[in-house]
Amino acid sequence: MTEPVPFGTSAATGPGSQHPIRRLLRNPFGLASLIVLTAIVFVAILAPWLAPFDPNASRPELTNVAPFTSDYVLGGDSAGRDVLSRLIWAARSTMLASLTVLAVSLVIGVVAGLLAGYYGGVVQAVTNWVSDAVLALPGVVLLIAMYAVLGPNILLAMAVYGVLVSPIFYRLVRGVVAGVRHELYIDAAKVSGLGDARILFRHVLRAVRSPVIIQSAFILGTAVGIQAALEFLGLGSPRDASWGGMLDLAFRNIYVDVSGVVWPAITVTVVVLAFVLLGNALRDALDPSSKRRTLTGRQAARLRSQAVSHNAVPDEVVPDDVDTDVADPDDGVIGDTPADAVLSVRDLRVGYPAGMATFRDVVQGVDLDVRRGEIVGLVGESGSGKSQTAFAVLGLLPRNAVVIGGSVRFDGIEILQQKGRLQAVRGSRIGYIPQEPMTNLDPTMTIGKQLVYGLRAVRHISRAEAETRLIDLLHRVGIPDADEVTRRYPHEISGGMAQRVLIAGAVAPDPDLIIADEPTTALDVTVQAEVLDLIRELRDERGLAVIMVTHDLGVVSDLCDRVAVMREGRIVESSPTVEFFGGPGHDYSRELLHAAAELG
Amino acid sequence: MIRFALRRAAFSVLLALGVSFATFVLVFSNGTAIARAILGVDATDEQVQALAHEHGLDRPVLVQFGEWLGGVLQGDLGVSYYTGEAVTDVVTSRVPVTLALLGIAMFFTAVLSALLGIASAVAGGWADRLLQMVALVGTAVPNFIVAIMLVMWLAVSARIFPATGFVPLEQDPGRWALSLALPVAAVVIASVGPASQQFRGAVKDVLERDFVRTLRARGIKPRAIVFRHVFRNAAGPGVIILGLQIIVLMGGVVVIERVFALPGIGELTVNTSLLGDIPVVMGCVLFIIVVVVVVNLAADVVNAAINPKVRQR
Repeated sequence: MTEPVPFGTSAATGPGSQHPIRRLLRNPFGLASLIVLTAIVFVAILAPWLAPFDPNASRPELTNVAPFTSDYVLGGDSAGRDVLSRLIWAARSTMLASLTVLAVSLVIGVVAGLLAGYYGGVVQAVTNWVSDAVLALPGVVLLIAMYAVLGPNILLAMAVYGVLVSPIFYRLVRGVVAGVRHELYIDAAKVSGLGDARILFRHVLRAVRSPVIIQSAFILGTAVGIQAALEFLGLGSPRDASWGGMLDLAFRNIYVDVSGVVWPAITVTVVVLAFVLLGNALRDALDPSSKRRTLTGRQAARLRSQAVSHNAVPDEVVPDDVDTDVADPDDGVIGDTPADAVLSVRDLRVGYPAGMATFRDVVQGVDLDVRRGEIVGLVGESGSGKSQTAFAVLGLLPRNAVVIGGSVRFDGIEILQQKGRLQAVRGSRIGYIPQEPMTNLDPTMTIGKQLVYGLRAVRHISRAEAETRLIDLLHRVGIPDADEVTRRYPHEISGGMAQRVLIAGAVAPDPDLIIADEPTTALDVTVQAEVLDLIRELRDERGLAVIMVTHDLGVVSDLCDRVAVMREGRIVESSPTVEFFGGPGHDYSRELLHAAAELG
Repeated sequence: MIRFALRRAAFSVLLALGVSFATFVLVFSNGTAIARAILGVDATDEQVQALAHEHGLDRPVLVQFGEWLGGVLQGDLGVSYYTGEAVTDVVTSRVPVTLALLGIAMFFTAVLSALLGIASAVAGGWADRLLQMVALVGTAVPNFIVAIMLVMWLAVSARIFPATGFVPLEQDPGRWALSLALPVAAVVIASVGPASQQFRGAVKDVLERDFVRTLRARGIKPRAIVFRHVFRNAAGPGVIILGLQIIVLMGGVVVIERVFALPGIGELTVNTSLLGDIPVVMGCVLFIIVVVVVVNLAADVVNAAINPKVRQR
């Protein structure tokens, strides 16, 4: 197997192997927000001992006194009270109110989500409907409107806010539970006779833990902001110290004392920001897989240089030797490039970052030659690296893939990792036919528009010329009402029709090589045969070279001149089709053939 | 297309009705409390009961809702408990301010968040991470604090803009714009963060779809793929995102109007709630619900016009 190999100098102690809490603490934002929030919690708990003055005690001589000039360290408000003491006491009510929001929304959201996700059906339909309705309510406005009913009771208002945000938890939990419900271990637990309630708590609660913790941080942050806003609007209790209330008072007084708004504004901002950043850091720490890792340029370069040294002494570094499984050199494929090769791939190596600190090679030194007019079948089971090889040749690997090494020469010119040269040959000289026809056309454009646009992007011809050429070609690939089809949108045609359109699009610029990635897999059997005939005919007419990526040996025997068998990122056999079916040289090929015979 | 629009419109009316009902029930759930809020803590229970009876607040909530809805259908939202003015008149007089604030803020939110979101998704790398961080901070800081800071720096300290107050458009367009500049800025600064992240997500989703890879394989230049194909496909989700953003904007507008003393719906809602003038409050809530529903209906219809596939559903 392709063992995930650690990369970089810190491989052994990479973040992937760490406990989530350590990952959280290593994140500077996570650590900073944890420190801030812990401090706030301590201040809230210890308010009676920390606050230098009674928050409601008024000393008229210190009204609006500037910060750092008197006993009132942060100054006095317009009623002669100590700003610092009020800030400290307000931390209490803020923490209490935010926890109320969290508790209410958690209880309602999680319980409803567990029940709806577990039972599904009518229960879920009803709770979904209620949840959607609650989410459509204008939350802040509703809280303001309910002031007459709720009175100046901020805890009650925040409890109502908790109800209003509970659908966030509901949706989260329902989604996770519905997924888990279908997994085997729940069934197994059912069989073993555990009661429904115990199943819910033991298995499902564990699965929803991480997303709920992450979301809680965001909810707490929002709650602090909303509470301050309501109090700022005058909907809180006027007696109790609150950050929003302090802002309100200071703002009314802003022409007398500009600095008054600064302290409560900074406090609220810092606390809300700390919760949001903590939520973000928690997401990275608890759910590292949610972030697809992309190597930086430097990491990729280091990886390449490591790969070069691996090649220099393969036996010492790579336990599963690169060269032993490769086909015999004397069948003419592995040696020098044949003179009439249009494409020549040498020692191509591609890998992906896997997890946080490891790296997985998916293509491990592939050699492949394609001559003019030749159809080469690239076969292997899924995950053998055949599609990755095709994408690497086209320069269309996903962003996080890394080409570790090798060479791809098209018509004698190196194109691997050469952006400009790839751009020059893609479309015009190398065509591509994708696997899944329905998702490979732009759904917002008519067929005709996107075909004409694609052709004119690589061939300097007039619109009318392009249209004529494409209509002819659509007739040629078996679409009789080509005019009509060009006016349709992709969702208005069948899969077989879409695949013909894609073939026409690939062939239209008259390329030398076509790379077809399982072009028949998504089609039904009769259409499959027609598409294969079409590819063969186009080869005969135009002298096209074709790489046929497939896992279907029937397709290979029907169409291909030569077969290259891939397994675990390597080509294990490469021989003419006739010889291959006569008696394959490699054990794996025999297994493949045997399996195919049993199926057929 | 017309059938799609009608179907969505019918759904929107139902939604508006449902949300109005839920709000009404919550607000009117305790008639005595409303009467108590109006009369203050010193009033006797008898006085409170009498007032509740006078305003019909002692009847079942469903009956009150039926009566209110019947009035709404005839364009009658009742009268203010305090001034005796028709609620429709009170609310209508406030609408231009709020719609101006909302419309301009919506426009800038759309343009800025689309630009930032697209740039973030297409650029990737450190630029993407930087924009994500900025958006996160923008999301975290409450909008009224942004507003207060703007007033502090640009109105009170620097005296560039008027701190509070509103000048009607017909009176003086220049000063009208100046009086709206800071409120709009405050709303936009707070809403661009989350909206741009959603745009980023929408564009990233499109960039990862199969047909984009096939277009690249066709030799079409990356820039052309982004402008001609990715934008078209991300436009639909983008419009829907903006439609949903109106709910967030609405909450922001209510608070921002209060900061800048703009005589709009939000300011009216807060003032009348504090007084217990519930008919006016309910009129304001209805206006807000209608705006939210209409904007989302428009978003759905535009989305269907862009994306032919949506119409069939």
